[in-house]
Order: sequence, then C-alpha cells, then structure tokens
Amino acid sequence: MSRPRTLFDKVWDAHVVTRETPETPGVLYIDLHLVHEVTSPQAFTEIEARGLKVRRPDKTFATLDHSTPTLPAIDGQLPYVTAEAKSQVTRLEENCGRHGIDLAGWGSPDRGVVHVMGPELGLTQPGMTVVCGDSHTATHGAFGALAFGIGTSEVGHVLATQCLLQRKSKAMRVTVTGALTPGVSGKDMALAVIAELGFGGGTGFVIEYAGEAVRSLDMEGRMTLCNMSIEAGARAGMIAPDAVAIDWLRGRKHVPQGEAYEARAAEWLTLVTDPGAVFDAEIVIDGAAIRPMATWGTTPDAGSPIGSRVPEPKSDSDRKALAYMGFEAGETTTTQAVDVVFIGSCTNGRLPDLRAAAEVLRGRKVKPGVRMLVVPGSEAVRRDAEAEGLHHVFTEAGAEWRIPGCSMCIAMNGDFVAPGQLAVSTSNRNFEGRQGKGARTILASPATAAASAIAGVLTDPRVYLSETAHA
Amino acid sequence: MPEPLKVLTSRTLVLTQANIDTDQIIPARFLTTTETTGLGQKAFYDWRYEADGSARPEAVLNRIDPAEHRILVAGDNFGCGSSREHAPWALYDYGFRAVISTSIADIFTSNALKNGFLPVVVDQATWEDLVANPEQVVTVDLEAGEVRRGNHAPVAFAVEPFARQCLLDGVDTLGWLQKHMPDIEAYERTQSEQALAPEPA
Repeated sequence: MSRPRTLFDKVWDAHVVTRETPETPGVLYIDLHLVHEVTSPQAFTEIEARGLKVRRPDKTFATLDHSTPTLPAIDGQLPYVTAEAKSQVTRLEENCGRHGIDLAGWGSPDRGVVHVMGPELGLTQPGMTVVCGDSHTATHGAFGALAFGIGTSEVGHVLATQCLLQRKSKAMRVTVTGALTPGVSGKDMALAVIAELGFGGGTGFVIEYAGEAVRSLDMEGRMTLCNMSIEAGARAGMIAPDAVAIDWLRGRKHVPQGEAYEARAAEWLTLVTDPGAVFDAEIVIDGAAIRPMATWGTTPDAGSPIGSRVPEPKSDSDRKALAYMGFEAGETTTTQAVDVVFIGSCTNGRLPDLRAAAEVLRGRKVKPGVRMLVVPGSEAVRRDAEAEGLHHVFTEAGAEWRIPGCSMCIAMNGDFVAPGQLAVSTSNRNFEGRQGKGARTILASPATAAASAIAGVLTDPRVYLSETAHA
Repeated sequence: MPEPLKVLTSRTLVLTQANIDTDQIIPARFLTTTETTGLGQKAFYDWRYEADGSARPEAVLNRIDPAEHRILVAGDNFGCGSSREHAPWALYDYGFRAVISTSIADIFTSNALKNGFLPVVVDQATWEDLVANPEQVVTVDLEAGEVRRGNHAPVAFAVEPFARQCLLDGVDTLGWLQKHMPDIEAYERTQSEQALAPEPA
C-alpha cells in the first residue's frame, strides 16, 4: 500500500512536471493564473522584451481591483487617485488585449477583488494549483486548491511557461475542534489561529485547516480563514473539499455543468488527507473557546478577545507598536474613539460578511463622527447585496456604499485613513501605515466592525446581536 | 537579470525592529508604477518623510551614504506581508545588496534572489553581535556561504542551491525554466488525455 498522503501532497504530486533535486527546484504546473494591474505590468514588459507570448491565455484571468476608484464616474471620468493609477489600469487593459487574456474590467459584471472573483466565477476549483501576484492568493485554498502568492518575476514565469520553479514546503495541520459560539466568525478564528502561531510561525509551511469548527464554516468563512494564512507567514492554507464546497461551486460560470459536474465532484471529494499521513507540525485549537477577536498592535498576530487587556511589551518592537497605536499595556482597547470603520476586502468583502454587518446595523445608526465605508468585494456581491436591500441598511445607518475594489485595505486608490485616525477594519493587515500614512488599524470581523461603528468604540458584536435576538 | 553576486564587503546599517513588512519597505501608494526602477527614493518612505513630504533629519536612512552601506541588518521576520517585488526593487535601488536577519519571509526571499539581493539568515547570537556593533565592515561571501567580520569565526549561511548558482553565475531563471518546455508540453498532453478518458465504471 502506498504511503498515506496529505491533501497538500496529493495536489502537489498531481502538478509536478519535473521533480526537484538537491541542486534544482522542481517544475510545478499552474492550472489558474490570476492577474491584477499592480503586480503584472513589469512581467508583461519582461516577456515581451524576450519576444515571448502568454503561453496559456485560457488559464489566465485578469481583473482590476487595487488601483481602481470606488466612487462613480463624474461626467464620464472615473475619479482615479493619480494619472499613474489610471495608466496602470490602461496598461493591463492593453496587455490583456494584446495577449488574448480575459479581463473582468470596467463594465464587466464579473469584475471584483481578485480573490473574491476567482471562486465566484468557478475559476477556482478543488485540486488546482492557483497563483497570483498577491499574497492573499491563499484564499482559494478554501476549495482544496494549492494557492499561493508570487512575485512579479514569477508572474512572468507563469505567463511565459504556465509553470513555476518550486521546492515543496513543509506541511502543518491546524485543527480547530468543537463548535463556535454565536457571534464568532471565520475572521475571529483566523485571528485566533494567527495569535497562536505568531506572525512568522507559519513561515516555510503550507497549512491544512481541519476540525469540526473549520467544517462548520460556510465557504466564505473558510475563504477568510485561508486568506489570512500569510499573516502567520504561510504561503498557502488549504481545506479539504466537502459537500459544502461542492454545493457552493455547482452551476458557477467556469465549472463543468450537469452530469459532468457531478462526476468531477466525486473526484474532488477524494482530495482529503489520508489517515496516518504525517505533518511536519500540528497544532490544535479549541474552537469553543474562541471569542470575537481584535488586534491591538501593528502585526496581525497581536490579537486578543475584545475587552481583554493589552499585554506587557516583551521587546522594543512591541513598545514601538503600542506607541504607534496609542494603547497602554494593562488597559483595554475598547475606550478609544473610533474614527473610521471599513467593511470589505478579499478577507471580508463577500455577501455573508455584508449580511453579518447588516444584521448588527439594521435599525441602528453609525455614531456621529464615525466614517463608515462598505465596499462589496465584487460586482456580483454588490448585485446580490442590493437585491436583498443591504445597501439600504448601510446607507440608512449612515455608511457609504461603494463600488467594488480593494479600497481602504491597501489604501492605494485614494480611499485611506487619515494620519492618527483609529480604524476598525475587516481587512487583513494592521501594519503601520497600511491603511494610509499614520493610520492606526484594529483588525476585526464584519459584525465587530458594525458594532464598533454604532458604539463609536471597539465593541463586541454580541452586545447588539443579543439585543436583536430579544427584541 | 541580476548581475552576478559573489562576495560583498560593506558597512552595515542596523534596523533592529522585528517584522519589517513590505508595506514599510515600500508603501502601497507607490505601487502604481509600471517600472522596476527608481523606487529607491520611496524606500522606507514613511520612516524617512513627514506627511508634508519634508525629510525627517533624524531618520537614519536619510543620514547615511547608501553607497557605503550595502548590507542591512534587520529584526526577525524581515520582508513579511505583501508579495510585492517592489520591496527588493526599492531596497536595491536605494543601495542595499543584502539583508541579514534571524528569519526572512518566504515570498520576499524568493523575490529578492531573483533581483540580485541576498537574504542571509544567521543565528540569534551572531545577529545580536551585529546589532551591538553597527557600522562594522562585514563580508557576505555567497560562494563560501559564510558571513565574516573582524576577528570572529566565519558564520555559515544557507541559500537555496539553485538560486545561489543563479546569483553566482548570473543565470537567467526564466531562460532555464524555458528549457523544460518539452517536459511541460508532455505534462499537458497527459492532462488532456486524462480529461478525455472515459469515466471509470
């Protein structure tokens, strides 16, 4: 009998073109290459300078998300933050046109944040290798794909050859046991896992998430969890596909339809870690003990249950982080006035995220003085949310309802948090200046962000959820 | 394609902070460029400049001569965060050619090695000594795989063997990958044959 294999082993083995040796990396085949405007122009320039073509435009899909404005056109002109941002978008439009690549550009009903769009269109499928010049590509691992971020040189490699030179990472299993309690989301689980692993704790690993609490998440919650694998240093996070994944993908634009889909789905369900397969590292977390989480520092692992006290700094870096955030060790972070609330991003810009925020906000108001931005992750999310009337819930509460894009998560399109302002954000990084120069970021779930918008301070959403339940 | 890199001797610049992420190295708002050059002016921008664009005189990166400080010594988990290759582009353009830390993020390492920028991981004791003695002249010898300084015993460091060879010889990795095209085409044929095969009964 063959050696028991992990899910990661199975997907890896199926894509090895040539094996790695002590001297050379292996050649790994890539099934899906997602492209956006920021990390691709230099790669197109490089391959064109060599006289090369995009080898498999049929396996390459592009979107516009990072540099794009989230406010509508004025007199037919989109309000780009700079001429350079606009020309970067134009460059991708030209590159896609010249190389025959499908682009979900302006006017496309498919356009969205790359890691929201890929799964939505069924481009992402179990067992695939998926890459993008973007570290949050790990998102697609929620479907049992091996998905990871690459640099621009490697974007060029994939454009030209559909392959990458790779050495296999180590494997780690993170098992989250038990049942999540009400008001606790996939985002809270992700922040709890990262707090446990540490910011660099996953470096060199591909993580497989397993356990009852992971299984209990919907696909969007699983995507949130896998999305943040890089915030523990892991390039990829994966979850074995199950009936939830199969049902979620059925009927989407790029998956096989009808009987062909069911046959494919049966194959996908074999993508599980075999009993007895060995991981290089294993950790187990009690899912029932996870509470709504928020960060207090400037790294994503600096998180704790809302209302807990900021720990004593252990290093100069910790002291610098606390000084930047304006928080004191031994105090809670629930008393400082919040200036901005951001709901969106490839981490939390999907329909269930918006529903969770709307559930808290319905019939309530954003506290005066708080600016709240809700940015759907894609045109499809926007359509679905508007069909349910969620946009009215947000705008009636006093929030802004925007056009899809990365927006304030990376703050390169003109949506940013002003210097010194405190934001509660559903995005993925609380680095110094990530949401704008001098911006202070607290990472949290959509429900927590909504609750904080109402209260004007960081707030455990269960306060409002229990009020709603008892109303 | 980077120039061959064999031996580098330079003063160090020490930034002790842990977790220097790629947003610190090159803030996202400068990523609208479509070039790989000229990013050195934007390296560590928010550490070096005030909101109004005036230089912070106290910022060490504004005070040193980059040409004399080719080796950066930085805190643990250097280069974490975003996959932007603009980070090694910016560091290189500023003048750095290597970073020494106790750990360096995966994607940054991969990007750096493709741009003639050497990521060097050393043990904690060596790192502490480097931090305690800023501005010292250090040699990073890729061929020998060791860091040398003053009277200290050489400290070995590892670089992925293929990337090391590419840096030493100036090998073009994309060109090397293209030589595998027959293997890639053979792989694609087996995949399409599998897809066309009848379902097992």
